[in-house]
This record gives sequence, C-alpha cells and structure tokens, in this order.
Amino acid sequence: MKATALNQTHRDMQAKMVDFGGWDMPLHYGSQLDEHHRVRSDAGMFDVSHMLALDIKGEAARGYLRRLVANNVDKLTQPGKALYSCMLNQEGGVIDDLIIYFLTESHFRTVVNAGTAEKDLAWMQARRDEIAPGLEIIPRRDLAMIAVQGPNARAKVWQVIAGSQAETENLKLFQAIFFGKYFIARTGYTGEDGFEIMLPAVDAADFWNALHAAGVAPAGLGARDTLRLEAGMNLYGQDMDETTNPLESGLGWTIDLKSDREFIGKQSLLEKPVAQQLIGLILLDRGILRSHQKIVIQYDANTGQGGGEGEITSGGFSPTLNQSIALARLPLNVAAGDEVRVVVRDKMLRAKVVKYPFVRNGKILV
Amino acid sequence: MSIPNDLKYTKSHEWVRLEDDGTATIGITQHAQELLGDMVFVETPKVGRKLKQGEECAVVESVKAAADVYAPIAGEVAAVNPDLESAPEKINQDAYAAWLFKLKSVNAADLANLLDYAAYQKILESEENQ
Repeated sequence: MKATALNQTHRDMQAKMVDFGGWDMPLHYGSQLDEHHRVRSDAGMFDVSHMLALDIKGEAARGYLRRLVANNVDKLTQPGKALYSCMLNQEGGVIDDLIIYFLTESHFRTVVNAGTAEKDLAWMQARRDEIAPGLEIIPRRDLAMIAVQGPNARAKVWQVIAGSQAETENLKLFQAIFFGKYFIARTGYTGEDGFEIMLPAVDAADFWNALHAAGVAPAGLGARDTLRLEAGMNLYGQDMDETTNPLESGLGWTIDLKSDREFIGKQSLLEKPVAQQLIGLILLDRGILRSHQKIVIQYDANTGQGGGEGEITSGGFSPTLNQSIALARLPLNVAAGDEVRVVVRDKMLRAKVVKYPFVRNGKILV
Repeated sequence: MSIPNDLKYTKSHEWVRLEDDGTATIGITQHAQELLGDMVFVETPKVGRKLKQGEECAVVESVKAAADVYAPIAGEVAAVNPDLESAPEKINQDAYAAWLFKLKSVNAADLANLLDYAAYQKILESEENQ
C-alpha cells in the first residue's frame, strides 16, 4: 500500500489506519466525532499528502488550461489565486475535480484527487501532447500537504511558522503564497477557515508535531468526510464521476458556458438535457442516510406509489446537526421545503429537502 | 483486548449472557464497536417479537457504516435498552454494559452452538492476521 511521509507519525498517534484507494491513511485517532467538533470549534489538521500536486510549466500553460478544464482560468489574474474546476472528458463526464493555482504565466500548480491521480496525469499528458507539446507536467510527490482547519487554525499556524502571520493574514479566500519552504493557501474542504499547506515531505513530520504541540488536533478521513458533507462540498466518485453530468451534480457554478472558450466536454454538455439537480436532505425520522439509498418523491402512503425517484449520492450522520443529512440527485421539480421518502432497509423514512450547505463557519444554515 | 470470560459469543460479534432468571441479555462486542467506530444510531427489535437463532433483528450504525445484529439464540424479546435511542455512544463507552435487548423463553440448547471466550479470542486473532 502507498504511504505518505506522515504514515509513522499517524501510527505513533494511535490512528486507526484504513486502505483509502490504495493509500494507508488515518480514519480517526480515537473518535471521529470529537475530531469533527474540534475542527468546527477550534482547529484540526488532516494529512492530505495522498492527493497529488502537479506543476504545469511553460509559456503555453494558460492556453492549455483554457482547453483542459471547465472553469475559466482567465478568472485567475492575481498571482497566488486559486480556482476550483472540473476536468471533463469529451462526453462531458467528470474525470476529476481539482484546484488550480496561478503562480506565474509560465507556472500553474494543480492538486488532484488521490484515487484518480494516475488517470488524471495520463489524460493531462495526452491532451498536452495535442495542445501544447512543449509544456512540462511535473508530479510533486516530494511535497506533503497538510490541511489545518477551524476558527483557530490560522492563528495556530502563525504560532508554528515564525514570521508567517504578516505575510498571510491578509490572504483572501482561495489565495495562496510561498513563504520560505511552505506554500500556504487559504483553502479547505471543511467549511471552516484555515490553510492548506504544502511543504517538503521530509519536513512534514516535524511540522505536524509542532502543530500538535500548538494544540491542533489530528483528524482523520472520517471527520474530513462528515465536515465536507455538512459544508455541502462534492466528493469525487460519490457525488460525481465520469458517468454523471456536472450540471446535475451541483457543479454548474464551476462550468463556464458563457465565454466562447472551447473546453473539452463543452459541446456534449450543451447538448445534454438537464433533468436532475443535487440538493440537500435532512432526515426527519430516526435512522442514517447513506449513499445509493433510493428516494421516492410525491409519495402517496395510501397507494404506496411515488411520483418520481432519486438517489442519495452522499449521506451520513451530521455531528453538528446531530441528525442525518445527505446530498441527493433528484428531479428538477423537487424544491427546498418538500418532503420525500428514503428507502432504508424495509422502511420509507421521511426527509426534508433543503438547500445546502448545511453548516459554514461553525453555524447551522438549514 | 478485553473479552469477559463469563459470556458466550458469535462469529458475527454478538455477546450473550444467560441470567439467573433464565432470560438472556444480548449486545455487541468490544471488537465490533471498535471496528465500527462512533455509534450514532441503534434500531432494536420490538418487544414481544419471537426470534430464531441467527435471525436479523437489530441494526447498529456508526458514522462509518451500518451493521446488522443477529439473534445469537432463539427467544422472545422481553426488553430493549431504553438508553441507546438517545445515547448510542454508550456502546463505545462499554460494549459489555450497553446491552441491546433481552430475550425470554430462550432455547438454552442454542447456547451450545456459541463460542466461549477462548474460541472467540481465536477468531479475533485470525481476523487480525488477515
């Protein structure tokens, strides 16, 4: 199994390790719920070094990305600015979702998911050979990535990286900066403030331990998933993949159909009907929503029939709401406030349709 | 890992204690709660339901996953643990105290099919080595 530079550090902290797409990663360090609450109320840290950073270098970088991804890289005008985007195939399916940092006109950096990294790299290299043959695409497995998240996360980082406060306290959301050996970005996957920090993998354990000493709680993939679900952030492979339409997956805001830029997958998307939407659910009955559970809309208890169907893409227990929530793909005629039924084992549980996010910056929004 | 030696166990990680009054108390093992992690939902069988040995009769759900619970022995559900609806985390705190349900009119002969402490320990060791 593949291991990050922090593997032994996790084990030393009594992490429960799991196989996550071929990576040996911490699920939790005792209690996933405690870790979740620590991130919402204070500060937690995640090893996300299994994700792959790629440097894209060359004069043709921007032109290449204009064609490669669905969001518009021309929104990136200030060095350090980041953009969330999907990378689509010709059919408009989602190969992966990624973040692109604009560093200079000849240097962009992107971060892709761990489970799709090899597929992504092969796709990007093949498109490079067509679009911009001289461009360099450099995998950065020499870097570790640590996400420090929570209302106190930035202050804890400032304690640990001497001199970093003055340089990073005015960083806006989705903005990054190099500071010494660190690449510090004000981004995250939890719905809380904080930084995602890249640094040389050889220095990762010392940095992690220093953050821990400053009071940052180690948090595993379990808490990462409940936090991102509450924050209403898509998870690749669950909420979207190569077979789903991003416009039916809550990703319309990232797909630039307005400019005349011809990105890969655009024509297919324009031709596809959009019949579904991604929307939130809160379970009203007792139980837990899970991905792939079937949803029945306009359910008539007398006949046992419904007026349409949908499916949960991501479901689970929300520690902040103390009830179960989900992201679900449902027909367009379903709206916030509606009640639907979810088939859970032999029961038809009642759930309320809501707009997500469920939680942002520690506050419940639904 | 601590395994009480006065209980009987199943391969599916339930424990059973035969009480002095002839009823049986059932829960899930420490190993099961460790595998599942933080418990967030428990669905217990209805009082009065008659269960066969091995019948699916309860569900425990953690943040991570849902797991079915099987009746280790036949009997009629006499009581369910009222604490678990609002505090499923009690299973994490002490899996051998946080019982799920009690059976009466049990088929005591079914106990002979169950694992004792040593046999259950062996199963856990073989799972560890997988």
